[in-house]
Order: sequence, then C-alpha cells, then structure tokens
Amino acid sequence: MGEAKLDLLQGTLDLMVLQTLAAMGSQHGYGIARRIEQVSGDAVLLNQGTIYASLVRLQQRGWISAEWGTSDNNRKAKFYEITKLGRKQLAEDAAHWQRLAGVMGRVLAMQEEGGQ
Amino acid sequence: MIDSMRRTLHRLRSFFGKEPLDRELTAEFASHLDFAIDENLRRGMSPQEARRQAMIRFGGVEQAKEQHRETRGLPSLDIFLQDLRYTLRTLRRDRAFTIVAVLILALGIGANIVVFSVVSTILLRPLPFRDPQQLTWIAPPPQSCGMSCATYSADGYEEFRAQSKSYQDVTGYMAFSTADNLRLTGHGEPVPATGIEVIGNFFQVLGVQPAMGRLFTPDEARHGASPVVLLADHWWRRQFSADPAIVGKKIDLNGTPVTVIGVLPTSFDFGAVFSPGARIDAFTPEVLDDERQWGNIVTMIGRLKPGVSVSQAWAEATIVAPNLYFNVKHPETLGRYKDAIIPVPLKDYVSGRLRRSLIVLWCAVGLILLIVCVNLSNLLLARTASRTREFAMRTALGASRGRLVRQLLTESLVLSGAGAILGLGFAFALITWLAHQGSIALPLLSSIKVDGVALVWTILIAIAAAVLFGLAPGLKMSSGNLQEALKDSGPGTSEGKKHERIRGALVISEVALACVLLIGAGLLMRSFLKVLDIDLGFQPEHAASIKLDYDDSAPSEEASVAKRSVIFQQVLERVRALPGVEGAGIADFLPLGQNRAWGTPTPKGKTYPEGSLPGPLVYVVTPGFVEAMGMRLHGRDFAWSDNSKSERVVLINSSAARFFWPGEDAAGKVLTDGDRDLHVVGVVDDIHADSVEGQPGWQIYYPVLQAGPEGAQLVIRTSLPPAALSGSVLHALRELNPKQPAAEFRPIRTIVDRAVSPRRFFVLLVTVFAEFGLLLATLGIYGVISYSVAQQTQEIGIRMALGATQGHVLRGVLQKTMLLAVTGIVLGTVASLVVARWIASLLFGTAPTDPATFAAMIFVMTIVALVAGYIPARRAARIDPMVALRGN
Repeated sequence: MGEAKLDLLQGTLDLMVLQTLAAMGSQHGYGIARRIEQVSGDAVLLNQGTIYASLVRLQQRGWISAEWGTSDNNRKAKFYEITKLGRKQLAEDAAHWQRLAGVMGRVLAMQEEGGQ
Repeated sequence: MIDSMRRTLHRLRSFFGKEPLDRELTAEFASHLDFAIDENLRRGMSPQEARRQAMIRFGGVEQAKEQHRETRGLPSLDIFLQDLRYTLRTLRRDRAFTIVAVLILALGIGANIVVFSVVSTILLRPLPFRDPQQLTWIAPPPQSCGMSCATYSADGYEEFRAQSKSYQDVTGYMAFSTADNLRLTGHGEPVPATGIEVIGNFFQVLGVQPAMGRLFTPDEARHGASPVVLLADHWWRRQFSADPAIVGKKIDLNGTPVTVIGVLPTSFDFGAVFSPGARIDAFTPEVLDDERQWGNIVTMIGRLKPGVSVSQAWAEATIVAPNLYFNVKHPETLGRYKDAIIPVPLKDYVSGRLRRSLIVLWCAVGLILLIVCVNLSNLLLARTASRTREFAMRTALGASRGRLVRQLLTESLVLSGAGAILGLGFAFALITWLAHQGSIALPLLSSIKVDGVALVWTILIAIAAAVLFGLAPGLKMSSGNLQEALKDSGPGTSEGKKHERIRGALVISEVALACVLLIGAGLLMRSFLKVLDIDLGFQPEHAASIKLDYDDSAPSEEASVAKRSVIFQQVLERVRALPGVEGAGIADFLPLGQNRAWGTPTPKGKTYPEGSLPGPLVYVVTPGFVEAMGMRLHGRDFAWSDNSKSERVVLINSSAARFFWPGEDAAGKVLTDGDRDLHVVGVVDDIHADSVEGQPGWQIYYPVLQAGPEGAQLVIRTSLPPAALSGSVLHALRELNPKQPAAEFRPIRTIVDRAVSPRRFFVLLVTVFAEFGLLLATLGIYGVISYSVAQQTQEIGIRMALGATQGHVLRGVLQKTMLLAVTGIVLGTVASLVVARWIASLLFGTAPTDPATFAAMIFVMTIVALVAGYIPARRAARIDPMVALRGN
C-alpha cells in the first residue's frame, strides 16, 4: 500500500482550490481535482466529489464565480474562476499558511535537537 | 458583516431553490465523470474499467451530494422541516392522544397567560402616568376611623405643599365624593353621573394630558370662578356620542351650567388606579377656599423631585409635620399632623396589598404548568414505549442519539406550540371578559390585555414546557438498548422495572403537586367561607339602595332643615306604601362605602387624653334606616320629632358603648362633643362599616334633622327580589321630584360582594386551578395503571388460570394505585404544611394547619385516586384467562 495518504486539514482544500484557480484561470471541477492530485503527487487523500462542497463554500463567500460553458473536447461543464476578492483572500491565506508552516518547521526542528 | 449576510442570502436561496440546484449538481457530477472516463479511456482502459476507476476516484456520489447540500443550504432547518413533517404525520395518526395533549397544554398555558397578564397589569407594569416612579401616596398610618383619618384638611394640604422641599408638587382629590353624585340634565330624563373634585394641579402633577381641550387653570379653582368640567373618555363617548366639538359647550350638572374645557385620554382611568371598581365620569376643580372649615377631606399625592427618594421625603415629612396647622385660623390645631404624614410609592399604595395574593396565584398557576408537563411526560412515555422498536430501527439505520432526541423535542415543541396557540385563544377570551368586570374591585383591571410581554411570556413557557415534558421521554427513548428493543416482542411481556419506576415517580410527583394545590385552595376557600359568614351587623339580603336627589337649599339653616324634613318624610311615606316594601330609611353614607369621622364625643364629666380615643364613623340617618338596613338596635330609633328644636340625640354602636359604660346600658346616658349634650337613645350592634374583614371600630348615628347629611341614600327592605322594585321606586321618586336621575338601584348584597370581590377572585382562580390539577393527577393515575394493566394482560391471565380470583386481581391493582397515590399524598401534605405557612397572611379565621381542610382534601384526593385506579382494576379483574393467553 506504500505510504498512507494525507488526510486533509479542515480548510486546506479551500485554499488549494483557490490557488489552483489562481494558477490555471477558468477551470471545471474535474480539472481542479486532477490538478490538485497531480501537484500533490497523489499524496493527498481526495475523494474528488468533496471538491464540490468546497466550491459551493467559496462561491458563497464570493471568492470564486461559476458559469456553465463548453470544454475543449466539446463537453458541457461548469467553469469556475477566481474573483478579485478571492485573490485578495488567497494572498492573505497563503501568507498565513507560509508563516504557520515556517513556525511548525522550526518548532519540530527544535524538538529533534532537544531529544539528542 | 457583509460577508456573512451574503452567505446567509446564498443559503436561503439554496434552501428554497432545492430542486433546480440538485438538477444542476447532478449534471455537474455527470460531466465530471465523463471527463474522468475520457481520460481513463485515453490511458487505454476498457470502457468498463474506465468508468469503474472514475467512480472510485470520485467517491460516494450521494455523500458528495449530501455534503454539497449541507454546505450550500440550511441543514438544521432542513432537518427541522423533516422532523416537523414526520411529527405532523404521526400526530395525525394518533388523533386521540394529540387532542388530549393539546387540550391539556392549552388549559395549562392559557391559565398561565391569564395570570401573567393579571400580574403584569397590577404588579409589573408601571402606572399609566409620566415618570410614575416619582409619584407618592401621602397618608397617615392606618387607623380605625375610616377615611377621615386617612386624609388631610385644606389648610393641612396647602401648608404641607408650601413647606415641603422634597416634592416638585403635591396634589390630591376630594376623598368624600359618592357614586352618582351628579345629575346631568338637558338630555331628556336626568342622567346620574359620578364626578370627583380634584385639586387644580391634579392632572399636571400626574402628567396626564387632555385628549382634547385643556386642563384646569389656577383661577378656576378659586371661589366664585365660573364652573368648568373635564370629561372622562368613556363618559364623553357614551353620554355625548364622542362629540368632537364638545369643548366649550355648556352642560347642566346638578342644575348648574358647566363649561366643558376638555376630554381626558382613554388611558386615564381614575377609578382603576385610585378607587378600584368605581367609574368616574367627570372631574371638577376643588375650591379649597370653600372647604377650609370641613376637616379632613383631601388625599395627598406628591411628585418627588428627581433624585429624592421616598425615605428622604419621609424624613423631611416628620420634620415638617409638627409645623402644620389643621386649620390656620385655630392656632391650637398646630401639630395635629405630627407623625401622620407618610409617603409611600403610589404603586405600592395601589397594588401593594395584592402583591402576596398575586404571587401566590402566580405560583399556583406555575404548579399547574408543572403538573401539565408531568402529565404529558407520562403520556409521551407511554407513547414512546410503544414506539421503542421504531426508534431502535432508526438507530440501527444510523440515526444518532442527538438526532432522535431532536426528533422527540420537535414533537413536544409542536404539541406545546399548538397548546400555546389554543391557550392564547382561551386566555384572550377570558382576559377580554375580565377587563369588563367592573364588579371586581381590583386596581387597573380594566386595562388588562394580552400585550407583547405576555406573548413573549407565552412563547417562553411553551418552549420551557416542551423541553420539560419532552426531554425525559426523549433521553429515555434514545438511551434504550438497541438489541433488546429490536428483540422485544412489545406487548405481552412485562416491561422493565426501570421504565415503570420512572412513570410511577412522575405520577407520584403529579399527585403531590395536585395535593399542594388542593390543600392551598382548600385553605383559601375555607377563609372565603369564613369571610362570607362574618356577621356584618346588617342584613345585606332583601335590601337595596338608590341615590336620592333632593334640594334642601334655603336661606337659613332652620328653613333648610324644615325643607329636608318634608322631603324625606314624603319620600319615605311614598316608598313604604309601595307593594313589597317592608321598610325604608335614608342615610347619607352606607356601610362599606364612603365614610367620615367628626371627632370623638365623650361621656359627660369624663375626660380622656386628647388623641387617645378612636374617632367614630358618622352616619346621618332618618328614622327607619336602622331597621331598613337590618341592623340590631337596643333602645329607641330616631323619630321625626328629633329635630332642631328638641334635645340632641344619637345612637352609638356597642363597641363604643362598652368602652364608655362597661357593663351598663348606654341608652339614656349622655355624651358631649364639647359644647352640646348628645343623649344616647339607643345602641346599635357593631357594623362592618369600613371593611368586611377588618375589626369594626366605633360608629355614631345622628338624626337628619339635627345634623347636615351629605347626600342621601335611600335604603329599602323588601320581601321581593330587589331588582323587581327598581321601576316602581324610581317612578315614585320621579313623581315627587322630576329631577331624580335614574341612578343605579343597588342591592346591598352587591356592595358587600364588591368589598369581598378581590378575595372571591383569587379563591375562584385558585380553586379552578386546584380542580384542574386534581383532574390531571387523576388522568395521570388512570393512565399509568391502565397502561400497566394492558401490559400485564398475559401475566394476569396466567395468574387467573392458576387460580387467582377476580378479587385478588382487583385488590392487586388497587394496591398498586394506592401505593402511588398515598406516597404522593404524603409528600404533598408535607409540602402543603410549608406552603400553608407561607400563605398564612392570606387566610382569614383559618389556621394554616387547619385539620378539617387537610383532612377533607386528603380524603378527596384519596377517593379520586381510588376511582382512577378502580376503572382499570375492574378491567383487569374481568380479563378472560383464555383470551389473554391466546392473545399473543
């Protein structure tokens, strides 16, 4: 089975979706899900269906917008796009995450030293 | 803020637009899968495998949809609606249960709304005046000489007003006006009306603005000013058809044209605040200059300056009071009001006496609600018992415990909500009726209504009740053992002991609560009967009174007396000649109505320290009055020959007689009021002149030809029902005096009834509550016992098949009933002993531990419990063993 997949922390999926949309522009649900899987190297445990709850949540906050359209291979799909408000939020959240990750890294590093 | 608003909006939209959103979601999911399948195909999978892999990666479609719905909509509301639909369905199926439950709740909640409205109107709501917390009632400490000792003289009032610094202003009104003291003419037959004189600044001090026109000016309260009147709203509407142009018009009151200067607002009801049970139609300015020699006549009401407390005002009053003159022309009257000026908050004066009663009432009705809740808890428990399997099934299918409790609470909320709505209907009807009960002498009652506060209260108690009666069965239900419940074959096997114990405890508490109510009500009822049993000193039955209009104005005192003598003799002669009339007499005041005192005459030759004797209440009466009232007289009655030329005579009551001449016959003795001798010609038994429940003080009677009566009340004793005489009496009076208004013909009984009406009101309510509580407790016992009989049908069948007789079974069930009932009664009796001590101050002539009441109520409770248990016991005894055994 190899290494166990990572369970997603509450709220992290929203941020991933937001970042994906910011990077890829307009995209449908499947595209977003695939993209996250690819970027994470299939390390996260993602039921693709759960992405839709995240999309609704982001829409309710006005961070993304949605519209039905046609894909390259001529399939009807709902396309999502990040809004201005969403970009602002993304910048904030990303900064927050980076700070948190940095702090966590340092804290964990300290513990290893102490253990020696 | 905007963010959360947008989200709520979204959620609301999603909540209402479920179907299109679901369709869209399905389409989106389908396209998602198509993309995935396409990709998998491109990777070279077979179509089947491509589809399978796509589905795996997607995860559960239904879960994703559910998650989506929960995120986008209002899941809790969704669940609530789901529960609601389910509840309505199950309640409709169980119609008998629903009707009983809603009805019980409606009665319980309705009673609570009514009592809350009464309490809120009388106790909680501020008085309907501007800044009512500043208003104080200023009166001497209570004494036995009636209103004359509860009021102040014109000079006393003015002095106090000038010297006190605590008040923005002080006002008052004439305390001695009687009902129907005005005669409105010029509108066909003379119409009786009730007016009161108020000190000129009365409305300004209370902060009452006229709805039309203006208030009195200082000039209008001076001697010789042209007469003016302010109309009460109800009189203006009824008598003057709400004439919008009434201001400035002249109306004829007591034969004098009086200018209407304004109409008071609907919200101002003088009687409701100052004289419960009375209705005041018109207000005239009191001319104090004319009344300086009249003694104590006005009440005092003060408006405190901002920041001045009542106790500060009292402290100041004790300093000011000794410097006040009763009459400035008489220096020796300085200091008569020493220690006799005590301000209390006006609100306390108006409703303070009722506080205890109302709180008791409130508690009683709270008990009722508690009993209702216990009862419903029991009903629901019985119901959930039969639904055990339904719930076990739902748990097995994945419902969480919280979800089940929630479902059950929704059911209780629906029940209590329906009960509250129906109860509100009951309450509304009852309160509307109460508001029009002029005969209940409770202050502010006319302004009672179901207001916003009462609605909030209703919602609160409905929710509290729902939680109270829904939680126990809910927890009980959802904590059951799933396995056992599913295996349980339901009826037939005896239920677990635990379940029965809960129901037993509920019934016991119900019986105990009902017992407390019943004993409390019993004590109050007995007190009320004792009050009705009081020997009033006169016979209220078969007698009636009517306010008599007469005019004895004459240039000289002597001529006036002569005129009065003729008028009164004529009237009495005519009335006595009417068929059915057994006696008639006239007095200026009637017992339990207005009263006054004129100082204390003492036996000639004896001296008493000033102020050591109570002032007797004074009645100015004609010959025949004592007999017409049904008073008991020793000695002789007055005669028409007791006039201004003969020696002065009086009647005194037996309390005064016993005090002055203990062990001797007072008739024939002589009193003196300082300058004149008063020959006591007879002694009248004490009458309850001031209040029904209080101890009678002293009374003295003067003949109408030797003292000036203030108005005249014609009293008639009859063998017929008093109402039957009203037409012929009025007709006779009109023949003698066309100006006689159609004043109210009041049976004396109604005067007594009005005096005891607050007690009657409370007793009636508490008794109704107690009966309701008893009924509920009975239902509770019946429900539990008959349920347990039904549960044990098989068991009983077996026992009977093995030889148990019908008597055995009957006794067994009854024993079980009595165990519950007796435990409840014992607990309830112990609690009652505590409660009774607490309501002791409301009892009259009844000890809080009155054995008769306790015994009677315990007996009633036991009998009722026996009956409630006997019905199912009989059913149990009649079980046919064969049928019972075949049953399952």
